[in-house]
Amino acid sequence: MNQETSPAALNPPASRPAWGRLAAWIGLFILLIIVAVALLQSQQGPVAIGKPAPDFTLKMFDDQTIQLASLKGKVVLVNFWASWCKPCEQEAADLETAWRYYQPRGDVAFIGIAWTDTEPASLAYIDKFDITYPNGPDLGTRISQVYRTTGVPETYIIDRGGNLAYKKFSPFLSLAEIKAAIDPLLEP
Amino acid sequence: MAIDHHPPTINDPKRFFKDNVKQAVQIIKPSTGLLIAWIGLFVFILLWGSTPGKAQQPTPGGITDDQVNAIARQMYCPVCENTPLDVCPTQACAQWRELIREKLAAGWSEDQIKTYFVEQYGERVLATPPARGLNSLVYLVPPVAILAGVYVLYRALRSGKRPAQTAAPTPDKTETVPDEYMMRMEEELRKRN
Repeated sequence: MNQETSPAALNPPASRPAWGRLAAWIGLFILLIIVAVALLQSQQGPVAIGKPAPDFTLKMFDDQTIQLASLKGKVVLVNFWASWCKPCEQEAADLETAWRYYQPRGDVAFIGIAWTDTEPASLAYIDKFDITYPNGPDLGTRISQVYRTTGVPETYIIDRGGNLAYKKFSPFLSLAEIKAAIDPLLEP
Repeated sequence: MAIDHHPPTINDPKRFFKDNVKQAVQIIKPSTGLLIAWIGLFVFILLWGSTPGKAQQPTPGGITDDQVNAIARQMYCPVCENTPLDVCPTQACAQWRELIREKLAAGWSEDQIKTYFVEQYGERVLATPPARGLNSLVYLVPPVAILAGVYVLYRALRSGKRPAQTAAPTPDKTETVPDEYMMRMEEELRKRN
């Protein structure tokens, strides 16, 4: 029998759109990767102690800027706060007292970051507690995102080498508590 | 004890009427009071609802809460997830609404205010994220998935019909032109014979 006479040869099946299927599978795969990466990022915890503190540049309320990297060699206390946050008020006075205590040494820096706050309210808060250390808004909530903060108040203390040495997710209850967190980092 | 099932006889209609009406009034009295109370409450609610509330009154800046909320409902604050800014009860959101009011009073447009909030607090404050970068997936994936689903359904329905047609082919009596395969098959059979 002649092979040419076979039904399959006479009536070949319609060619499947293989490229369409391939594109669909690739699209699905890419989408799954994006979802997986997003899930992994969202499940990341806060910055770990001992790891390098994420660098940031803060534009302060007086329009000056300050970069964390430029403070290397100093112990840096970074405090996230908001004017509407009652627990923040609880520690505000102690933080300012601590800043005035350490400022003359020159090897300690304090930075306040107002999180999701309005500028008039932030300035009123700074005025109310007579805060003199550098403060600025977390524009675009970019700094809080790299630090993966969970709310306010949150305080991070960075050692002279630029690594995260201490973190606190609640207000300091006393000046002694702040000193207890900073002093060990100042020892030679 | 014997029970009298007979209805009371009316010897003195005048007295009977007087006594029963008195009784009826006594029975109705409490429900009438209740009815009056309900009507009073209804009228109060109507009047209270019809009077312009505080929310509708313009503030000294000339900006009403409705104007503020028209923009606020398009935003979410990062503090209270999944709560639109216009109904969020926290102090942070109240401050944000106040900021919107101040900006409106200063003559800012809706777009300017939204841009300001995005600069200050990030794109996540917007209820509808802009179709940029990964955000565009939010707008692209659903229609593409729906179209793909429709296509898959169409293919499934078509393939479901095919076996039925091949299992019991109905001869087409009107077909007069034999197809090529049949012609060649007949030719082969003729050759063999």
